[in-house]
Amino acid sequence: MTNPSVDTHLLPADRSAEPLLAVDNLHVEFKTRQGLVRAVNGVSYSLSAGETLAVLGESGSGKSVTAQAIMGILDMPPARIPKGEVRFHGTDMLRLSEEARTQIRGQRIAMIFQDALSALNPVFTVGWQIAEMFRVHKGMSKKQGYAKAVELMERVRIPAAKQRVHDYPHQFSGGMRQRIMIAMSIALDPEVLIADEPTTALDVTVQAQIMELLAELQRESNMGLILITHDLGVVADVADKIAVMYGGRIVEHALVHDVYASPAHPYSKGLLESIPRVDLKGQDLYAIKGLPPNLLDMPTGCAFHPRCPYRRDNCVTDVPPLYEISGTRSSACHYFREVLDGTSG
Amino acid sequence: MGRYALRRLLQAIPVLVGTTFFIFVIVYALPGDPIQALGGDRRMDPVIARALRDKFGLDDPLLVQYWHYLTGIFSGNFGTTFRGVEVSSIFAGKFQVTLQLALTALVMEAIIGVGLGLWSALRRGRWQDQFVLAVTLLLVSIPPLVMGFVLQLWLGVKFKLGTGIELVPVAGIGAGEKSYLLPGFVLATTSIAYLTRLTRTSLMETLRSDFIRTAVAKGMPRRRVLGRHALRNSLIPLVTYLGADLGALMGGAVITETIFNLPGIGLQLFQSVYLRENTVVVGIVTVLVLIYVVANLVVDLLYAVLDPRIRYE
Repeated sequence: MTNPSVDTHLLPADRSAEPLLAVDNLHVEFKTRQGLVRAVNGVSYSLSAGETLAVLGESGSGKSVTAQAIMGILDMPPARIPKGEVRFHGTDMLRLSEEARTQIRGQRIAMIFQDALSALNPVFTVGWQIAEMFRVHKGMSKKQGYAKAVELMERVRIPAAKQRVHDYPHQFSGGMRQRIMIAMSIALDPEVLIADEPTTALDVTVQAQIMELLAELQRESNMGLILITHDLGVVADVADKIAVMYGGRIVEHALVHDVYASPAHPYSKGLLESIPRVDLKGQDLYAIKGLPPNLLDMPTGCAFHPRCPYRRDNCVTDVPPLYEISGTRSSACHYFREVLDGTSG
Repeated sequence: MGRYALRRLLQAIPVLVGTTFFIFVIVYALPGDPIQALGGDRRMDPVIARALRDKFGLDDPLLVQYWHYLTGIFSGNFGTTFRGVEVSSIFAGKFQVTLQLALTALVMEAIIGVGLGLWSALRRGRWQDQFVLAVTLLLVSIPPLVMGFVLQLWLGVKFKLGTGIELVPVAGIGAGEKSYLLPGFVLATTSIAYLTRLTRTSLMETLRSDFIRTAVAKGMPRRRVLGRHALRNSLIPLVTYLGADLGALMGGAVITETIFNLPGIGLQLFQSVYLRENTVVVGIVTVLVLIYVVANLVVDLLYAVLDPRIRYE
């Protein structure tokens, strides 16, 4: 359909048929000494401008690897993408040249990482690191770059930005560092922003501030936001859609209020039930039994079956496809109807 | 930072006192009589020997001798040898030779070692990387003594006689700067190997850092990611090695200068130990310790320049 050698800059900004970003049947595997690890097994999701997609899952579920594949920052080797497409404005980025991808990275698709202290370079000032975006991508002078950096730091509400632009990352608090990271990622008004657990390393009060800031920036610029998290509490307020991942697959894909009202997969249901609730104070906290699957030795059939209260015989043998429940909703469970009704488990 | 530097220099004083005393005791404990050694094979006239012993205070207790020596040093007087030669006049010009040799070695180390290390880190796991690792192993395994003589034989005798071309001088310092190339290389070989491996590991470790991933995600070209974001971080551990190595190189010059007949402090040290010229031996060691201490101070101060997380108060 599209010629892979075409630079995406030359493509029309909007194609009615194609979403802004579409991940299609993506597979990622890693070669390790212990064997082949299939970290992502046929993940598909899409994102439109102004939309927020929350990708939910435990560590090892493949949510971060998918994001890194979108950014093109996987170490290949050991990683390999045997199958799948990542289309940005309809162009499969996996087939673009490295130069063409470098043009997209940071400028049109940007990313925020979990731990800003290690994600920022310790030996350069924060101003230098923000200004670099303008100097390298826009050819601005050092002075212009720093002026822009101050502007951005003010935009993410860092107090006394003008004085602090020459400070180093270690001189900031955790929340302020994450703001620097955010300022750097939105520097060139990207169309897609991927936030990989942006609040995990922060205090709860700071978490809320950062999420609010992200939501506000998104409203202002109409970015598509992919929010990767394992914290359901964070998701409810900001996300439009949810993709729940387990063992390298999407197990439930739905609008956010649908999931909260009635989950259609036993795993999402388990996640929801394990959120502590004030009205159940004094009772035992719910926890999903068992451990996340070992990616080197995945269970047969449905990867969740060893932990699943709805398990039947065919769950052990048949891999459930992603059943479409409605236009906006799908679940990878043979017995999603029972889960929806809440008749068992 | 100024106060820190001053404090470090003051701390050097007990180090200097301790090392000189240690060397003094060792030289004192060496068997043989320095006055008898003056006379060579002939027996010395007991009267003259007596006079000399008194003059140099050789029959004083060890601590008294050391005290005389130390007070001399702090007034800038390194003393005289038993032959009556001023030690400082023996030093004249020799420290320059050794320093030039050590600096030549240090520069070679920095260029070849760091260069090879970076190169092999960027080709991690490929044959170039394996090759570099094998070569460094080989370099570490050959003692400088053997390396020196073999290179002298090959370049100075076989190659020169065979072709009539002299690539580099193989002895003496008659040819100026060029004279230091071969001895400098021999002196540097072990360090080149270590530094190569250290650089390789350091860069590979830096490249695994989160901030490198960030730089790539920012859309920085590969050259910038390596040259700006990775390089400075991976240089930090190398500076320590290079600084500490300057001292080791000056010490290692004893062997190299003897092989290549360079009139430096190493050759002098070797001869003075042989001749029991205690004042010269202790004097040389004192200056070497001083250089070592200053080199380490420079390294510590350089740290703060390279890594903003380090601040000296």
